[in-house]
Amino acid sequence: MIDVLVVGSGGAGLSAALHAKKEGANVLVVSKTYPTHSQTCQAQGGMNAVITEQDRVENHVHDTLKSSHGLGEEATIQSMCEDAKPIIEWLDELGVPFTRTSEGKIAQRKMGGASHSRSCYSADYTGLKILHTLYDTALKENIEFLNEHMILNIIVENEQAVGITAMDLKTSQVKEILAKTVILATGGYISIYNGFNTNSNATTGDGVAAALRAGAKLSNMEFIQFHPTAIKGANVLISESARGEGGYLVDDKGERFVDELKPRDVVARAIYDKMHQDKTVYLDLRHLGLDKINEVMPQERRLAMQFAHVKIEEELLPINPAAHYCMGGVFINDRSETTRENLYACGECAQSNVHGANRLGGNSLLEILSFGKKAGTEAALKARNTQYLTKEDTQQYQSDKNFIAQVFHLPNQIDFYDKKAFMGKIFFRNVGLYRNDINMKAVLSQVRQWQKEFMFMGITDKCTIYNRNLVEFIEFGNMLELSEVVVISAISRCESRGAHYREDHPMEVESYAKNSIAYRYDNTLAVEFKG
Amino acid sequence: MKIKIERLNTQKNPQQFKQEYEVSSQRLLDALNEIKTTQDNTLTYRCGCGSGVCGSCAVQVNGVERLSCKTYINEGDVVSAIKRSEVIRDLVVNLEHQEKVLKTSHAYLEAYQEETITPQDEKLIDVQSNCILCQSCYSSCPVYEVNPDFLGPYALTRVLRYVNDKKEHQSRSKIDAIQSNGVWDCTLCGNCTMVCPQFIDPKTDIMNLRSKSVQAGYSDPNMNNMDFDSGFNTDFGFNPNGF
Ligand SMILES: Cc1cc2nc3c(=O)[nH]c(=O)nc-3n(C[C@H](O)[C@H](O)[C@H](O)COP(=O)(O)OP(=O)(O)OC[C@H]3O[C@@H](n4cnc5c(N)ncnc54)[C@H](O)[C@@H]3O)c2cc1C
Ligand code: SF4
Ligand code: SF4
Ligand code: FES
Repeated sequence: MIDVLVVGSGGAGLSAALHAKKEGANVLVVSKTYPTHSQTCQAQGGMNAVITEQDRVENHVHDTLKSSHGLGEEATIQSMCEDAKPIIEWLDELGVPFTRTSEGKIAQRKMGGASHSRSCYSADYTGLKILHTLYDTALKENIEFLNEHMILNIIVENEQAVGITAMDLKTSQVKEILAKTVILATGGYISIYNGFNTNSNATTGDGVAAALRAGAKLSNMEFIQFHPTAIKGANVLISESARGEGGYLVDDKGERFVDELKPRDVVARAIYDKMHQDKTVYLDLRHLGLDKINEVMPQERRLAMQFAHVKIEEELLPINPAAHYCMGGVFINDRSETTRENLYACGECAQSNVHGANRLGGNSLLEILSFGKKAGTEAALKARNTQYLTKEDTQQYQSDKNFIAQVFHLPNQIDFYDKKAFMGKIFFRNVGLYRNDINMKAVLSQVRQWQKEFMFMGITDKCTIYNRNLVEFIEFGNMLELSEVVVISAISRCESRGAHYREDHPMEVESYAKNSIAYRYDNTLAVEFKG
Repeated sequence: MKIKIERLNTQKNPQQFKQEYEVSSQRLLDALNEIKTTQDNTLTYRCGCGSGVCGSCAVQVNGVERLSCKTYINEGDVVSAIKRSEVIRDLVVNLEHQEKVLKTSHAYLEAYQEETITPQDEKLIDVQSNCILCQSCYSSCPVYEVNPDFLGPYALTRVLRYVNDKKEHQSRSKIDAIQSNGVWDCTLCGNCTMVCPQFIDPKTDIMNLRSKSVQAGYSDPNMNNMDFDSGFNTDFGFNPNGF
């Protein structure tokens, strides 16, 4: 019998699982990938935490609030920022090898938008080392894993989440997994910017789409963060720490044109503007010197060599902005609860009221650990007073089983890979760094067209063993579901705020200083704004 | 450019076959994506980050372990699944053993003790903690061929990482955990070191663990079964000067 079912095994999921286990809950982690394959391994720059006397929690709260452009909730941010120090200590005790100062203190670096050096890091492998250490700890704690199982839907009975349906990738078999409480930690939905993003290809928003279908509310789906510095063409991220450590951004003439440490949206737009004038923008790290580069960004150096054949200690590295992080997700409160009973969410799949219109670099690792902890703890406590659903063979299970069986017989008149590639393009161009009503409406009608055509797309691979074609088809279905929400939310927000920049409404409008909330009502999608 | 891919599908007849594709991409992962999305939807492989850190895309190119996201291809390259694990389909292998070897070898911090950690202390475990669990070393290791219970290079490297962590109070229990099917079973062939995309040197890590084991009172179990001369026979792979 499972008390707490965690879906997703990135930093958020593992943190939730460990804390639920600590509360004595019986935990199962179900995940589409193996734990260490999760996107959290890609985080390079660091995790924010006030751990010295020189900095104060109030500063961290202030910077985060400012960056959120009036949408972050102060009390929630305050609690996350206060949580940061104990979390760093916890990670340190689990064995995360944080980089140290010569006095043996945990070293910190400055990231964009921060008033102090506040990001704790492990060279530029921060996410990798945190994720692997959490995984090692989960093995130590005997947490059970069901790997390469993909959530299809959340099972809802009597208005409560009672489990999920998941497809075993190895066999294409649909399973019904019942639990007292369910935590979604499935990561973001940046894959809708297919080909123009820095994320793992598993980041297709499955959990967020499942939550929407289960009647939970989503929020702030229009806020997409674009990272200023991805290697041109390859879209492999060069961490913000490169600028944090003193790197410059220069144009064709070798001149700096923006304060590199401004928030990401500002820097990214400045670069995009240059590119629109057919100029190339470069990251200049030469002045840092090889020793410093090897010490603080060895991975960055390798990536530049590997993906651009550039030696960053000697040459300029051409870069472009790329979709990087979604501030929106399943709407949760400060206890990680969604609007659906017994359903929790944490990490990038959730909108936790801390990032608002723009996330600060280094705040997301903090968020996944802080809210992972909350979700795990709260769900475990809730499970103590919750009945386990004994009724099996639920309707959801039957209909999902039928759906998967049916997919094998769908016609293949339209190639969904083709549409997916196109989707990335039109989203990057029209729902990207600059947006306007007409372009977004065109995208919307295209998305709706694809939704209608979905059942004519189907799969050509009819094998039931490890069928990636089938997995990608289901993922595309989720992407179609969420891309509609993203566009409608972006069309509805007639103002510019943080990462959401409207050419036709270039100013921030006081009446929109609210979260957008999206939900399904009688099969139609509704978006409203709530303070 | 043409590349060949060794494929396997147990629902097909024949189950194993080699297939040639014409691709325009230069990077292997891009080529696989190109094939999958434009030529043959049935081609099956794993990938995630596309930047060499998630460890999911390891394959063999011309018989050598490589990460497909970090490999540039040449005309006529042959791509196949990594070895020593059951192939589920095409380039996808079963990874379930990973959890078992990590658990058996106690590859985690068991008992925290407070210590001042200097940059030097951290350097001591830095390289080992860059492991991405890509399985390349596992695939290249000859010991697995005869002993599937061998804990293996990445698990042992990970053990050394925690043994060398000043914060670990119970490193002894890890040394105990790696005696059978562990440090002494390695032939010190160095294959693992050759293939590691993270520049980790599991062979040397294993040698380090051997000397730590000796310090802890253990001795090479192979030595008991042989006379003095053959025990130092380097053909056998055991080199007493190695540590
Ligand atoms: C290149 C890069 C660099 C970054 N650098 C930083 C940084 O320096 N500092 C910082 O704070 N943040 C950084 N971030 C952001 C941060 O890494 C992520 O926001 C964070 O790791 C998300 O963690 P998560 O646990 O929510 O999701 P993920 O790590 O994405 O994990 C999601 C999990 O859900 C599973 N899953 C997905 N779909 C399904 C499904 N259908 N069924 C079952 N399981 C599913 C996946 O398998 C995975 O295990 C960076 C991000 C990227 C891409
Ligand atoms: S030690 Fe190297 S080759 Fe082995 S799993 Fe780790 S990263 Fe891969
Ligand atoms: S050195 Fe040891 S662990 Fe490494 S491949 Fe050879 S036998 Fe295996
Ligand atoms: S795709 Fe992640 S290591 Fe290659």
